[in-house]
Amino acid sequence: MFNARDRRSFKTEDAGDSKPESQKLNFYDRPPRHDVTLEEFEICALNRLRILAEIESSLARNRSWEEMKTQTTQQCKNYLPLDTEEDRKQDHVSHYVLRLAFCRSEDLRRRFIKAEGILFRTRFDEVLKADREQLLDSQRLHWLKVEETEKQNHRNELYSLYPPIKPEDVRNTSFNRDTYYKVRWTRVPDLIEKRKVFLSGGWAYVPGREQSSIIFQEFEDRLARALELTARSLPRLDEDSRLVPILDNLSNGFVAGVSSEWSSSTEGKNGEITAEMVDHHARNDFPMCMRTLHEQLRKDHHLKHFGRLQYGLFLKVLGLPIEESIVFWRKSFDRITDDKFNKEYKYNIRHSFGLEGKRANYPAKSCQQILSPGPSEHGCPYRHYSPENLQTALLANYSSQGLTSADLPEVVALVKSGHFHVACTRVFEITHASCGIKKGDGVGGFESVTHPNQYAARSIELRKGDIKKEGT
Amino acid sequence: MEDVEMDVASPEVMLTFYNRIYPFQSIFNWLNQGHTPTKRFTHREFAFTLQNDVYLRYNSFATYEDLKKQVCQYNPSRFEIGPVYSLRPRDRKTARPGAMVPLERELVFDIDMTDYDSIRTCCSGADICKRCWGFIAAAVHVIDDAIRKQFGYNHLLWVYSGRRGIHLWISDKEALELTDDQRKAIVGWLTVVRAEKSEMAKKTEIHTPLKELPPLLKTALEHLKYTFNDLILEDQDPFSSDEGFEHLLRLITDSGLAARLRDQRKAGSTSKELWLIILKATEGTRILQAMREDIIFHYTYPRLDAEVSKHRNHLLKAPFCVHPKTGRVCVPIDPIQVDDFDPAEVPTVNQLMKEINTANTSTESSSLPDWHKTALRPYIDMLDKHVQGIMDDAKRSKGTDLSW
Ligand SMILES: [Zn+2]
Repeated sequence: MFNARDRRSFKTEDAGDSKPESQKLNFYDRPPRHDVTLEEFEICALNRLRILAEIESSLARNRSWEEMKTQTTQQCKNYLPLDTEEDRKQDHVSHYVLRLAFCRSEDLRRRFIKAEGILFRTRFDEVLKADREQLLDSQRLHWLKVEETEKQNHRNELYSLYPPIKPEDVRNTSFNRDTYYKVRWTRVPDLIEKRKVFLSGGWAYVPGREQSSIIFQEFEDRLARALELTARSLPRLDEDSRLVPILDNLSNGFVAGVSSEWSSSTEGKNGEITAEMVDHHARNDFPMCMRTLHEQLRKDHHLKHFGRLQYGLFLKVLGLPIEESIVFWRKSFDRITDDKFNKEYKYNIRHSFGLEGKRANYPAKSCQQILSPGPSEHGCPYRHYSPENLQTALLANYSSQGLTSADLPEVVALVKSGHFHVACTRVFEITHASCGIKKGDGVGGFESVTHPNQYAARSIELRKGDIKKEGT
Repeated sequence: MEDVEMDVASPEVMLTFYNRIYPFQSIFNWLNQGHTPTKRFTHREFAFTLQNDVYLRYNSFATYEDLKKQVCQYNPSRFEIGPVYSLRPRDRKTARPGAMVPLERELVFDIDMTDYDSIRTCCSGADICKRCWGFIAAAVHVIDDAIRKQFGYNHLLWVYSGRRGIHLWISDKEALELTDDQRKAIVGWLTVVRAEKSEMAKKTEIHTPLKELPPLLKTALEHLKYTFNDLILEDQDPFSSDEGFEHLLRLITDSGLAARLRDQRKAGSTSKELWLIILKATEGTRILQAMREDIIFHYTYPRLDAEVSKHRNHLLKAPFCVHPKTGRVCVPIDPIQVDDFDPAEVPTVNQLMKEINTANTSTESSSLPDWHKTALRPYIDMLDKHVQGIMDDAKRSKGTDLSW
């Protein structure tokens, strides 16, 4: 497929086995064999990425397994179903695309393995027993069922290692009912290291009840090995210049928590916001990146080009129409003459609304773009501030909305582990506790922050509801 | 106490040894697992320790003749064998960073007498004698049995380290391909008594209370009970000294029993007499029985140098090298006869020199290789027989291996 030379790395043990697309659960131990267009390549990868990013933020937020499973299952229905053979092809391709994007650093590999592992477990739990058995029986996994006579031959040894269940007769019954499987010991090194299984002739005897945890471990181990192999052969892949930008974009998306183009859904609210309302919203509803730009504008009575562009597009998408925008910027730049403003700035404002030049309707920057290093010094404060500065800024900006110094360690810890969007989401939750937002709710529907406009729009929505409630 | 005499070889003698005696071809066959050179030999790392202690890593050779030529040129005091890499180790400087990774390596174990210093009484440090060889022999029995029966490997080569320890090289295909994690797992499986770098802090507690002994340790215990009686109680008699007695008391978890032992111990009490007191007191209660078995493990179970086994890229001295301090050759040992092995009877390189010189002055056939006329012959035959077994196996499963 996209890297034929790499196929050797994913060589399978049994080529005579059925196609991976014919079964729901896939160990992804063979690369997809069909051709994929670049567009398909990116779209299906983005869908998978959305799910993995949400799994990752669930982990960072310490959600329970049940919550995470419910949510992941729901999202899989929308973005990554497994019902038809076509679905399963997409699933297969997207997994391999993301391997390419995420094999390129130790940190990305680790995070990818973790998220993929959870996706696999979720599906393993959700599919029918028959689907599970189809995976286990497939010869590639080499689980050999231990026949009853063989089990009886080793009865004493096996029973002495059987999990301690009380009382003893229950343990005995459970043992007698349990089916044993044997696998090469090299497949279960953890159990070997801790002497938890019976071992004979290099075969580890594993009771059926421990099988699933071994399967999960093996899924992650195989993926880890495969990613390292891919990483080693990637320099050759980099020769394909069409792929590199796509892969870069995908791995950045993971760092930023992906990926929604927020602009489209909120632009319909034209005219709802006036120049005078910006101050109010900035104080109550803006994420820290935009809040910082606003403060800077107020303090300096000016913003440099890229800051202006970023903040201007944000306000545009928030619902500040062109006329109000011109008013807002004119008032903000109150130390220059009308003439200078009209000559130097008005054009750019109209341009950003698509009324001049190429007449392109520019979208506001997403978290992903703000997080990636670019020409702008106005990045994501969670990423770019030192921990000390971040804490000072958080208290200065949000203490009036309920954030206290007791909340800081949690936010700083998230930042330190690289979960900037989760840190931002957590601040949103804390500062909207008065609107009934609890930890884990996100900006609504368990979503985490992916776009400053999503943050602001949800906040405005929530606070409106608040005012209504107070009014009734 | 010192039984293994020092018989250090001069550089000239070493050179003659490499030139005329060292079995390069057998070593090649053993590493390569076939007669035509494959990556198992050509991509293999060799490291040399020169006479002036300069250490040269990442050498590799196309043939065993090349290896021999280089060895005779450097005339090293010893050389070591490392893993098979993804490329020729000598080409590593021209390779892309990260491209050279270890792919295969025999699974190796190292048991060293120094790890037994706190429990042996006949020698200490670098010394070893026929009596404390008993610890090594007991270790060989346990490890050999576990590797063959539990892990199912067949191609085990035990090699005397030339002084105070023993090495094990396992050449089965699966063993060659083990990852570092898998090597770590097998070490974990086999480790009961940690090698004692800080003995004071460490106790041996194998039994988790009220849980049965894992099957593998049950098997080992059957053998070690006898070792404990013969080697510890009869021969080494460690509890008769004050220091050895205190060491024992640290393992007695029952304070009543510890007090009784202190009470009843007289000047001249033997280990056997003290053990009888322990035997009596621990009869009947499971916890105390478990403690008693832990003590047996502590004194007799193999003490592995874990670091040697865990990493594919660890280097280990090649068989048939000469130990620079003792002058003795690192010869293979048949595990079945390990109890009768006497380090003091291992040929030294000076002795071998005399043998070839005598043979050359006599009128015997000179078409035979020089080693044939020396005491090294049975050991080289042992290696060749071992290699034949590996090659027969490789032929049987041909088509799947050697082709990566
Ligand atoms: Zn000794």
